[in-house]
Amino acid sequence: MRFAHRHLLGIEQLSPHDITAILDLAEKYVELNRQSAKHADVLAGLTQINMFFENSTRTQASFELAGKRLGADVMNMAMQASSIKKGETLIDTAMTLNAMHPDLLVVRHPHSGAVDLLAQKVNCAVLNAGDGRHEHPTQALLDALTIRRAKGRLHRLNIAICGDIAHSRVARSNLILLGKMENRIRLIGPPTLVPGQFAEFGAEVYDDMREGLRDVDVVMMLRLQKERMDGGFIPSEREYYHRHGLDGEKLKLAKPDAIVMHPGPMNRGVEIDGTLADDINRSVIQEQVEMGVAVRMAAMELLAHNLREAA
Amino acid sequence: MSDILFTNARLIDPEAGTDAIGWLNVSDGRIVARGDGAQGPDAPDAERIDCGGKCLAPGIVDIGVKVCEPGERHKESYKSAGLAAAAGGVTTIITRPDTAPVIDTPETLEFVTRRAQADTPVNVLPMAALTKGREGREMTEIGFLLDAGAVAFTDCDHVVTNTKVFSRALTYARSCGALVIAHPQEPGLSNGAAATSGKFAALRGLASVSPMAERMGLDRDIALLEMTGAKYHADQITTARALPALERAKRNGLDITAGTSIHHLTLNELDVADYRTFFKVKPPLRSEDDRQAVIEAVHTGLIDTISSMHTPQDEESKRLPFEEAASGAVALETLLPAALRLYHAEQLDLPTLFRAMALNPAKRLGLASGRLSEGAPADLVLFDPDVPFVLDRFTLKSKSQNTPFDGQRMQGRVLATYVGGTPVYRRD
Repeated sequence: MRFAHRHLLGIEQLSPHDITAILDLAEKYVELNRQSAKHADVLAGLTQINMFFENSTRTQASFELAGKRLGADVMNMAMQASSIKKGETLIDTAMTLNAMHPDLLVVRHPHSGAVDLLAQKVNCAVLNAGDGRHEHPTQALLDALTIRRAKGRLHRLNIAICGDIAHSRVARSNLILLGKMENRIRLIGPPTLVPGQFAEFGAEVYDDMREGLRDVDVVMMLRLQKERMDGGFIPSEREYYHRHGLDGEKLKLAKPDAIVMHPGPMNRGVEIDGTLADDINRSVIQEQVEMGVAVRMAAMELLAHNLREAA
Repeated sequence: MSDILFTNARLIDPEAGTDAIGWLNVSDGRIVARGDGAQGPDAPDAERIDCGGKCLAPGIVDIGVKVCEPGERHKESYKSAGLAAAAGGVTTIITRPDTAPVIDTPETLEFVTRRAQADTPVNVLPMAALTKGREGREMTEIGFLLDAGAVAFTDCDHVVTNTKVFSRALTYARSCGALVIAHPQEPGLSNGAAATSGKFAALRGLASVSPMAERMGLDRDIALLEMTGAKYHADQITTARALPALERAKRNGLDITAGTSIHHLTLNELDVADYRTFFKVKPPLRSEDDRQAVIEAVHTGLIDTISSMHTPQDEESKRLPFEEAASGAVALETLLPAALRLYHAEQLDLPTLFRAMALNPAKRLGLASGRLSEGAPADLVLFDPDVPFVLDRFTLKSKSQNTPFDGQRMQGRVLATYVGGTPVYRRD
């Protein structure tokens, strides 16, 4: 299998074929991860550096675990606490990194486009672990794998993405990926959080959640990104929950076998009812976390394969 | 001073709107005679310059050039800006006061004037801030600053949000006969924005501003002009939505003119592509529909002037994630070649371009330049509109080389620039 990309910066650059290839390979790692001996050695001898310019526990842990299970030497750099506070620019950081000769660089940054910028300046393969409100490709891939396993296919599904679309890189990456795989996408949320221009991406936009959820196969909830809001997008959390939070009653409008997803971490009682999130018959939220590790292993294997070929 | 006779020149006359072969006689730094036909009269004492059928036009008068003295001389000095201007056919630069410190007292203005005279081959006319520190709280000493040589008053890209402060400053400026240049924008909407709202900004995940913010800012300023009767120029009109309001204000007899930037005329939001920060300007690049509407407004004369909005930024301020990177682009040297794109695209003819780049800005500032009429200063640019080249930003004379046109194919080059009849630039 040829994966014709040096980096994984976004879903935008991937073809449907690329996406399918990553998901197929990830299936193999789902099996591996469920065994007691979880080791593979495809990254043996390679150095993986996780650079997080923004706080993250889950994504960082997932990448770390993925790298370790594939045999890479993994190092975490908590950048929000370090040199950028001392005035070092992103380019300086890239130069410093080049001198350390990493092979895989996993980057999260609070600004859109910052990971692209870094990728232009470093000599290794870069994986985007989320940049500003731009893209979060591995999240979209793990969501796709979760959907494919639950629904048996990844096309011609009605998928609702609900909540804070404006501030969400997860929503952008999912919108692009699910669109490429020819699904019907609905974006549901208050108009302050779902700006009109998203209709231009070929999605249907709904303010009314009850109307939007009708007959969907997948309900994807998003976290209300309180930290990215500079004031006044919604009147209050309780009104948001009432109108746009997912509860059992609203979910009844979706197809009876519709699955519920959330990228985590959840604000229970704000965007999703706690009991519903824990309902193993509807919620695949735990499965999403599991698929995350597998998808990241697959993506890193493909990029590492290219690295070794180039060497 | 010696006489010069330009012969066999394609004279671009923005006043008459003509573009025809003729001759032009310069004496003592002024245009003294001109006529049709390639050869011209016998003038034994004059230096004869055969223009070879190339274009001779009034030198560009560029409102809103940032020279980074005082404060950030490493980005652009009077010397480097002067060389860049001369190489770009810009014979008069109208400098911005958004330096560090802000040019808001007669003393800092005099410093600037002194530096400019010492180091610059082209005419430099400074603008001063409208409010102290460009903070929008107290007006500057408009009277003293006028006496010291300020040609206009502007807080540049800072909007005076307090309407009471702004209306008083406008009223006071009117009593002094001073021109106020403002940045029409509703800052509540535009603060923090790095792109124009739309599909592209949404796809790139960039904080964006609706084009409506420009119209809201312009509408507010027009209302204040009705109140105060001041002499007003909008620095950059870049959206289709703002044009009807501008048209109405002019029709109602307000003393209002408007400019736009060369970047908004020749680039659109999609040029940002993969977060290319050299394309980050303020206001942000607009949609293609807006660009076309603005070109049409220059054509009809609704938009009066075209500026370079020359804004030098060093590499460090641009090599950052898009939202953190500084705004602005250098353009003194690329203004004319970029403007010629509109000529080659058959959207604007040369007299119309020079009306917007030379005649109108000069008229608005009460200068005698910007035209080819007898008695006007011999500020001239000789250029070949057709010669193709690929721009290499490292050949620019500015200290900062943040141009969005790097690596792009351009057509048209300056051959020589004259200020007051003296050659200040000649292309080898």
